[in-house]
Amino acid sequence: MSTILLIEQILNGLQFGVMLFLMAAGLTLIFGVMGLINLAHGALYMVGAFAAASMAAWTGSFTLALIAALVAAAMFGALIELTVIRRLYKRDHLDQVLATFALILVFSEATRWVFGSFPLFLDMPDALSGTVMLPGGIEYSKYRLTIIIIGLLVALGLFLLIARTRVGMRIRAGENDREMIGALGVDISILYTMVFALGAALAGLSGALVGAIQSVEVGMGEPVLILAFVVIVIGGIGSIKGALAGAILVGLTDTLGRTLLPVLFSTFMDASAATTIGSALASMLIYILMAGVLIFKPTGLFGSA
Amino acid sequence: MIRERYINAVILALMVIISIAALWMDEPFTITLATKAVILALAAVGLNLALGQGGLVSFGHAAYFGVGGYAMGILASHAQNYTPLMEVPFLIEGTNQMPVIWLVAVVASALLALVIGALSLRTSGVYFIMVTLAFGQMLYYFAISWPAYGGEDGLSIYVRNEFPGLNTLVPIQFFGLCFAVLCVVLFMVHRLNQSPFGLALMGAHQNEERARTVGINVTRLRLVAFVISGAITGLAGALFADLNRFVSPVMFDWHTSGQIMIFIILGGVARLCGPLAGASLYIILEHYLGGLSEYWQIYLGLILLFVVLFAKGGIVGGLARKEVRHG
Repeated sequence: MSTILLIEQILNGLQFGVMLFLMAAGLTLIFGVMGLINLAHGALYMVGAFAAASMAAWTGSFTLALIAALVAAAMFGALIELTVIRRLYKRDHLDQVLATFALILVFSEATRWVFGSFPLFLDMPDALSGTVMLPGGIEYSKYRLTIIIIGLLVALGLFLLIARTRVGMRIRAGENDREMIGALGVDISILYTMVFALGAALAGLSGALVGAIQSVEVGMGEPVLILAFVVIVIGGIGSIKGALAGAILVGLTDTLGRTLLPVLFSTFMDASAATTIGSALASMLIYILMAGVLIFKPTGLFGSA
Repeated sequence: MIRERYINAVILALMVIISIAALWMDEPFTITLATKAVILALAAVGLNLALGQGGLVSFGHAAYFGVGGYAMGILASHAQNYTPLMEVPFLIEGTNQMPVIWLVAVVASALLALVIGALSLRTSGVYFIMVTLAFGQMLYYFAISWPAYGGEDGLSIYVRNEFPGLNTLVPIQFFGLCFAVLCVVLFMVHRLNQSPFGLALMGAHQNEERARTVGINVTRLRLVAFVISGAITGLAGALFADLNRFVSPVMFDWHTSGQIMIFIILGGVARLCGPLAGASLYIILEHYLGGLSEYWQIYLGLILLFVVLFAKGGIVGGLARKEVRHG
């Protein structure tokens, strides 16, 4: 395997990781502040992708499509927070899991009802299609590079939001002591709705960005949701830093595992067996990584007990 | 207020009455639906032990269901193709005998539950949910990418496996067999709940610290419960595969885990016959709502939301009204 191909795969892994971060950041924020496990986060990812695909089909503008994804996901997020999620904060995790699982059923089937079962397609903008020459003579997809940059910018923005602004201060305060910030005159229910909508918007953005690479279809959010859970378990619940580290780790492990394992196995077994065993093992690699983290640090890399 | 014991008797009797009535009216499809409800209920009885009694919210029970299913699929496919499963170091042949298949399914899923449980029980609460979900999904992807037994397409078994003295292809006989298995398992779980082990498990659910203080090894206790739970669900998986004469990675899908959990919540958490009531209601909903609209899962989702938000306790809880002792 050539170095160029390897670097390309590393970039792909990075792009995957950055997308996972957008999902995991929202999940971990919502868990950190409200103590809620939200399975419907994948549904919001799907809402973002469908909103973007519809807007792009209607106006032809990719920028408008991204805005539509952000707005639609945030709106649906706020809507389910106000109607359903709000009643779950004081419930146990089992109730949260079941209620948000019910939301997935409703969202998925409703989307199938409105848009049909066939996948939609979201084209990447002309300005970003094609490749760009990176230093070292590596050709890489412009669009994927843009995703990496957008993802890292969002990560930076999120750090600044939480570390430097008044809203961020309240979010951190909410993680530490809900009752106290309520007593200090902060309207917690508005804060909760805002955090939920923020997480939803991130999921929607991620869905729209990925939608241009893959197809936009019902159920697209579910594999990503579960990977985001793996990310959170590895990174530590409630930690944005952990989510970023975990996401990049999972993205790289998965992408590199899929390319390298079959090659590695072919050094000591015949080609077809190597492909079979290599790819079967590669599909399990991130879970093995998760198991490893659980053995050595059950609260995740950046988690506190 | 009705005693839970009477409700349980009524639920079990209803299953028998419905299938005998269906036999009498020559409606084999109804018997098959009842069989499906019984098998799915068995899977949920397994999960209920971990989730209801033990308070371990496992979102990955599809793993054991799938392993049970594949235990049947792999053994039966070797039997139907007359190929040995393994020749070195010693010969293992496939089989189409249900008792053997059940034993393999139970042992395989128990071993898997031992590994997954040992890892997952290092965590608790929301981590536990995510970790079990992730391990379940790992097996799903493995089943898809492993081509030897059908990969994504699954595996068809042409003839239902045999049970000594029965013709399992006759719907009522297969129903009777599954129902008998369910009753035996329910009885065992009932006895288990009353035993010191079951009481300790519930005690640890209520107050972990107190259980530790009186000298109970909570982690080991939970691990044992988790293994038994996985084994029961694995047995259900083997029966389910035999009902459909087909196994596929869908059995491993996390929607399957969610469904098994839905049966419990519809029927009533930690109620002995809750899973049976829940699974039956689910089958009825699937059958009738599915007939009304292709998008019946919207209604299922709304019903589930309603039950979770406003009607805790499910069917059995609603009828018995009394809180479960340890609730």
